[in-house]
Amino acid sequence: MGFPDRIERTVEIAHPPAKVWAAITTADGLGAWFGNEATIDLRPGGAAQLKWTGGPTVDIRVERVEEPTVFAFTWPIYGLADEDPRRTYVEFTLEPAGAGTRLRVVESGFAQLSEEAYKKAYDGNSEGWLKELGELVDYLDAA
Amino acid sequence: MSWSTTSMPPDIEAIAEQVFSALADPSRRAILAALAAEGPATATDLADRLPITRQAIAKHLALLAEAGLVTAEPGERRRVRYRLRSAPMRVAQQFLAALARDWDSSLDALKEHLENSA
Repeated sequence: MGFPDRIERTVEIAHPPAKVWAAITTADGLGAWFGNEATIDLRPGGAAQLKWTGGPTVDIRVERVEEPTVFAFTWPIYGLADEDPRRTYVEFTLEPAGAGTRLRVVESGFAQLSEEAYKKAYDGNSEGWLKELGELVDYLDAA
Repeated sequence: MSWSTTSMPPDIEAIAEQVFSALADPSRRAILAALAAEGPATATDLADRLPITRQAIAKHLALLAEAGLVTAEPGERRRVRYRLRSAPMRVAQQFLAALARDWDSSLDALKEHLENSA
């Protein structure tokens, strides 16, 4: 069984990088297409939050801000317990393509399992509620 | 669009495989669901609650215990109680999380948002 660690997508968007940049890095933009509500402190180390109406609220940490080409953040692995320290890394790369933009998104780290997290998960008789699997499926549908 | 995969260490793969094998059987799903919903139980408790014979439940519990998905512990009147182990489920959940991260829908929504705000 292959365990996917990394997801990559590239899309062509008929709008210039500046416009795409605003859509993915501002509270107004993120709250319009990604979540239903968003806040963002746009600087490396800054906090952002995405809320889905009737759904989850996700805390994000901004990692890279290189306007208008690279925007990256880390966020929790959806479906893992709240206290789980593992996070995936999401990087958006913007590149002019004619009058539009080639947008690439790479999310990596799904298969990570640090030695420490592994020990913690397997040594202890770890209890704790896990999120319902069904919630996973609905994750981004609201966007 | 591309989808690349990397291999996990064999032990992690083995854990995920055991979880999905366990979940593929309706009787084992019912047993795991009962333990998740109502907490630790003996084979007799489970036989009372589920439309599965006690013998079949004992067989499935032995298999689940061997796979590390439940642990046996002493219960009342020297009966063995079985408790769900969440750790292997988390490994399987990571796999599901990657499958469920729906970037296709999100990126479609982004495109649509930019079209509408043009």
